[in-house]
Amino acid sequence: MSDIAATDALAPKSGVEGLVDDWSADKQTYHVPWGKAMMWIFLVSDTFIFTCFLTSYMNVRWTATEPWPYPSEIFALEFGGVPIPLILIAIMTFILITSSGTMALAVNYGYRRDRQKTALLMLATAAFGASFVGMQAFEWTKLITGEGIRPWANPFGAPQFGSVFFMITGFHGLHVTGGVIYLLIVARKVYLGHYEKKGYEIVEIAGLYWHFVDLVWVFIFALFYLW
Amino acid sequence: MAYVPLADQEQELHHPHSWVTKYVFSQDHKVIAIQYGSTAVAVGVVALVLSLLMRLQLGFPETFSLIDPSSYYQAVTMHGMIMVVYLLTALFLGGFGNYLIPLMVGARDMVFPFLNMLSYWVYLVSVIILMASFFAPGGPTGAGWTLYPPQTSMAGTPGHDWGIILMLASLAVFIVAFTMGGLNYVTTVLQARCRGLTMMRLPLSVWGIFTATVLGLFAFPALFVAAIMMAFDTLLHTSFFMPAIIEAGQPLDTAGGSPILFQHLFWFFGHPEVYIVALPVFGLVSDIISTHARKNIFGYRMMVWAIIAIGGLSFIVWAHHMYVSGMNPYFGFFFATTTLIIAVPTALKVYNWVLTLWEGDIRMNVPMFFAIGFIFTFIHGGLTGLFLGNVVIDLPLSDTYFVIAHFHMVMGVSPVLVFFAAVYHWFPLMSGKMYNETIAKWHFWLTFLGAYAIYLPMHYLGFLGVPRRYYALGSTDFIPESAQALNANITIAALIVGAAQLLFLFNIIWSLKNGKKAEHNPWGSASLEWQTPDVPPVHGNWGPKLPSVYRWAYDYSVPGAHQDFIPQSTPEADEPTVDEQHFDPDHDQSKADI
Ligand code: HEM
Ligand SMILES: [Cu+2]
Repeated sequence: MSDIAATDALAPKSGVEGLVDDWSADKQTYHVPWGKAMMWIFLVSDTFIFTCFLTSYMNVRWTATEPWPYPSEIFALEFGGVPIPLILIAIMTFILITSSGTMALAVNYGYRRDRQKTALLMLATAAFGASFVGMQAFEWTKLITGEGIRPWANPFGAPQFGSVFFMITGFHGLHVTGGVIYLLIVARKVYLGHYEKKGYEIVEIAGLYWHFVDLVWVFIFALFYLW
Repeated sequence: MAYVPLADQEQELHHPHSWVTKYVFSQDHKVIAIQYGSTAVAVGVVALVLSLLMRLQLGFPETFSLIDPSSYYQAVTMHGMIMVVYLLTALFLGGFGNYLIPLMVGARDMVFPFLNMLSYWVYLVSVIILMASFFAPGGPTGAGWTLYPPQTSMAGTPGHDWGIILMLASLAVFIVAFTMGGLNYVTTVLQARCRGLTMMRLPLSVWGIFTATVLGLFAFPALFVAAIMMAFDTLLHTSFFMPAIIEAGQPLDTAGGSPILFQHLFWFFGHPEVYIVALPVFGLVSDIISTHARKNIFGYRMMVWAIIAIGGLSFIVWAHHMYVSGMNPYFGFFFATTTLIIAVPTALKVYNWVLTLWEGDIRMNVPMFFAIGFIFTFIHGGLTGLFLGNVVIDLPLSDTYFVIAHFHMVMGVSPVLVFFAAVYHWFPLMSGKMYNETIAKWHFWLTFLGAYAIYLPMHYLGFLGVPRRYYALGSTDFIPESAQALNANITIAALIVGAAQLLFLFNIIWSLKNGKKAEHNPWGSASLEWQTPDVPPVHGNWGPKLPSVYRWAYDYSVPGAHQDFIPQSTPEADEPTVDEQHFDPDHDQSKADI
């Protein structure tokens, strides 16, 4: 048998055939590092958590006995006496999506083994994340002190509005905060050259988490502020 | 650049230097497994004692006054929750999963040993929090293991202030622990198998544990969310699950919540949970039956697909626990249909176990006794499930002793029998010793017959209409006096079965020291975990070189072979096989080797 034929037979196939090949191979099912496979599985599990939160939110909103407040009124900021609906949240969303961009660049530079740029871009991502959390703290303060909304009470209608809002944005905020810490740790290690031998997959793994947190935010944003 | 699959790169092992890192904060999956298993059994004993207290009350209501109505509720709740979550889930996944996965897939350890160690310690914290509720003001929660609101946080429920909070906290911590372990188990099975070991050559134990873990990773989130929301309701007085309620003439400050939402979240977790327990059991018992019948498992592929089908279906049947809560008849129809469909792959597995025994060269070793006992109790419990799955039959039977009988047969007795089978089966590997055969057989017969003496009459009590979770029957028109006599009998049987477990504990502990030295692979098992160079396997499992696998795990009594079993690591050139998958790692260079 010629060598060419042999290599052809070995070449990874695409589509369904490739899928079948991967699953019927020995040793490993996905051609990715262990950490990355594990992060993917974790994120699927975390997706179930957020899905449960968001479906519960919809359910609570349907069963609440008092009217649901208008998000565009509650989440408005006044500039010179003119209320601009959803302005803060628009900025927050923009920042988070930008951070996904810097993260993607960091992954790219990571694989090119440019330690300095990678660390810097990760730092920028973390900074965007931190400012997101800061603005969220500002929003919470405004809702609590300015509008009198509490987890258990809401002067504008259904008390469940406050309950769900603080619970879900709080849980997401914790994810962002955790992500910022994670990014900072990895960025420091990248900068110090800890991964020279092992390779820079870790940047991509951190990136997966970060993109996930951003993606979840899009759903929270749509279901909470736009509905 | 040549791509070297990670499974081929030498894994850095954490080498323990002191006694503490070797036996306490160990990263070795085998030590973690034993820690998980013993902790689970220890809390299990607490739950067992609670159940005996309840039985004494039910059997002899006038004679004993060990517990009052509220502590009865607390005992019911803690018994149920401990048994389902902290014993069975932790035992089969944290215990057997940890021990068997790396050995059966030919790995040196789990892929992330440190995370694995953390998983155990976080689990221990969750157990401690749960146990702390016994000492909290007001005691543990008495809301029933289903924790249904609004009654969980109403003043009349014992433990409505501290107990429920500790329960929710403990569950949340448990889920974190499970997730850390579970990610490890799944990744190890998918990504760290040894050369030649394809998914379709995995022993069914690994398939069962793997699928159950996947179910856990998708089902526990619902419980996690439910626990957080309920903690909000209890601590912050939100109204997620709390409707408007008048308590003792006073309206509570809650309104507009949906108790049914909690039920949906709980059972979206709760039904898959029963399969999180059952699937590892299915796997373990398949391997035990095949080994001791000296026959390959009947219909291996069917068994794998049945596990996967059951796993998938278990996510769309949850509302069969809520028929009495009321639902649109179309939904009732839907959930009854899916529930009955799940019986198809389940029955298929039972047939295959029986057909594996058929004309086998059966060795009646102790594990085989327990395995055959399991087939009986599981068929029994499965059949009553068919009754309960139909809406019209369930409505009168729900919340009676019939349901108690159903789930104790199917997820109480059956998994526990397999737990014993598995301990006796793998004890020689784990300890290098043999157990005492006579005591073990006594243990089997007392447990097996005793379990029937306990649960068979409960079906009848259920038909009479005896409700579950009641402290005493009182005098009612529809429950005859004789029901009480039956209750007394059940209690006596329960006490005997409870005492019989001391035989097991004694046997294990005594044999660890005084047992006969086990020979290498005493059952003549073909699967990989018995082929380690040392028994019990040492840290790193395989010595200098990882094993290669050339066949499935079920080459028993193969015509033309030298022995009546061929280890998975014997090359195809040396011995024949009946494995349908022709995959020889020495010739058939798979993609993974590129
Ligand atoms: C053919 C298979 C099965 C069917 C059709 C079935 C059906 C049902 C139904 C309809 C109920 C609800 C009864 C009620 O509350 O009124 C129930 C309860 C229960 N089942 Fe099954 N079941 C099956 C197998 C299993 C298995 C394999 C397990 C565990 C390993 C299990 C564990 C339980 C438990 C724990 C409960 C009681 C939950 C509670 O506290 O209310 N079942 N089953
Ligand atoms: Cu169910």
